[in-house]
Amino acid sequence: MIETDILIIGAGPVGLFTVFEAGLLKLRCHLIDALPQPGGQCAEIYPKKPIYDIPALPEVLAGDLVDNLMVQIEPFKPTFTLGERADTIEKTDDGKFIVTTNRGTKHIAPVVAIAGGLGSFEPRKPPVPNLIDFEDKGVEYIIKDPNFYKGKDVVISGGGDSALDWVVFLADGVANKVTMVHRRSSFRGHLDSVQKVEDMAKSGRVTLLTDAEVVGITGHDHLNGVTVKTKEGEKHVACDHWMPLFGLSPKLGPISDWGLNVTKNAIEVDTFDYSTNIPGIYAIGDVNTYPGKLKLILCGFHEATLMVQSAYKRINPDKNLVLKYTTVNGVQGF
Amino acid sequence: MGIIKLTIIDREGIAHELEAPTDMGMNMMEVCKSYELPVEGTCGGMAMCASCHMYVESDHQLHAASDDEEDMLDQAFHVESNSRLGCQLHLSDEMEGLVVRLAEVGD
Repeated sequence: MIETDILIIGAGPVGLFTVFEAGLLKLRCHLIDALPQPGGQCAEIYPKKPIYDIPALPEVLAGDLVDNLMVQIEPFKPTFTLGERADTIEKTDDGKFIVTTNRGTKHIAPVVAIAGGLGSFEPRKPPVPNLIDFEDKGVEYIIKDPNFYKGKDVVISGGGDSALDWVVFLADGVANKVTMVHRRSSFRGHLDSVQKVEDMAKSGRVTLLTDAEVVGITGHDHLNGVTVKTKEGEKHVACDHWMPLFGLSPKLGPISDWGLNVTKNAIEVDTFDYSTNIPGIYAIGDVNTYPGKLKLILCGFHEATLMVQSAYKRINPDKNLVLKYTTVNGVQGF
Repeated sequence: MGIIKLTIIDREGIAHELEAPTDMGMNMMEVCKSYELPVEGTCGGMAMCASCHMYVESDHQLHAASDDEEDMLDQAFHVESNSRLGCQLHLSDEMEGLVVRLAEVGD
């Protein structure tokens, strides 16, 4: 069991900055994030995009913002559970919360701060009937172990870098037969991987179906083929596995079942301290909503700062708190 | 510069006739959000999520999709030849009378 003072769900910019403000109050933090690295959307979706509305930073790349936050919070020694999604929460008799991830890792803390942004990132699922029936029975959204496909016939859908890279990798002596299905006739991935796929298509190592999409799955207990719609009509492609690789999109997910008041995929909070309807659980950043809410990183930083004051009082009900300026005291790490 | 009339058909097939200014740097995703039509705009308008995927139903000649927009449409579903990302359609006077239909949102 991982113990901490403030358990932060979501390691995006707002979750990370919470560590700093909590650290100034001598509160320790642990962060859980479904992604394998800290930074949330900034790191996963747009690390190379410039942000212009962080006060005193006229222009900063989203990835650099995350890197700088990691440096800023380093003195407070945050700990992380990465690549795991916070799934369930239960309250203990002494008023603490136990949060368990999808992999069974347990965390206990008197305060939970949900900084989950738009939710945890899940693979985009194509709208194919009976798709769910074949998940892990021939349909995989994420390629975990390429050797799993050794000697198999596979179909990969998608036209992005991930799809292209896996086609190249699996067609190079791993899978028996590789078919790539793409909705257009051109690709916009990295030029070298596009070239490799096109070369492999010419030499017959990859079957390339363009202006095409998978519209159906066949099979009984396990997938045995997919139906591909092309300009010439529908055709059946026999295969052992189909990997639809269409990137990730965020979902609020299990947090919506935690008993919190949720409106339009956002958690309602009191703007006094960003507390939710459950005492001890706070929500900050893009995941919350209140009259006048703006989904901005800078607003999330403000929310985090006020939230930890309230968290401190909950954790230390008998102590009075005085705001400390970093210009006076510097940063006293752990 | 002025106000243009737009028609946005929601996923229930209801046509919303709206007005929007062309001098505020708005795009179609933002117009939908400002009228509380069900468009998430998850990525904030960077052509990175496809949650504002819509079909252009009128015969307006709009600027072609950029590589970024085409890239993102490659990861969207129910894509048709008239598919666009609303966030990449910046309002201009030439869009007077534009009709768009919101695409289904994937799971």
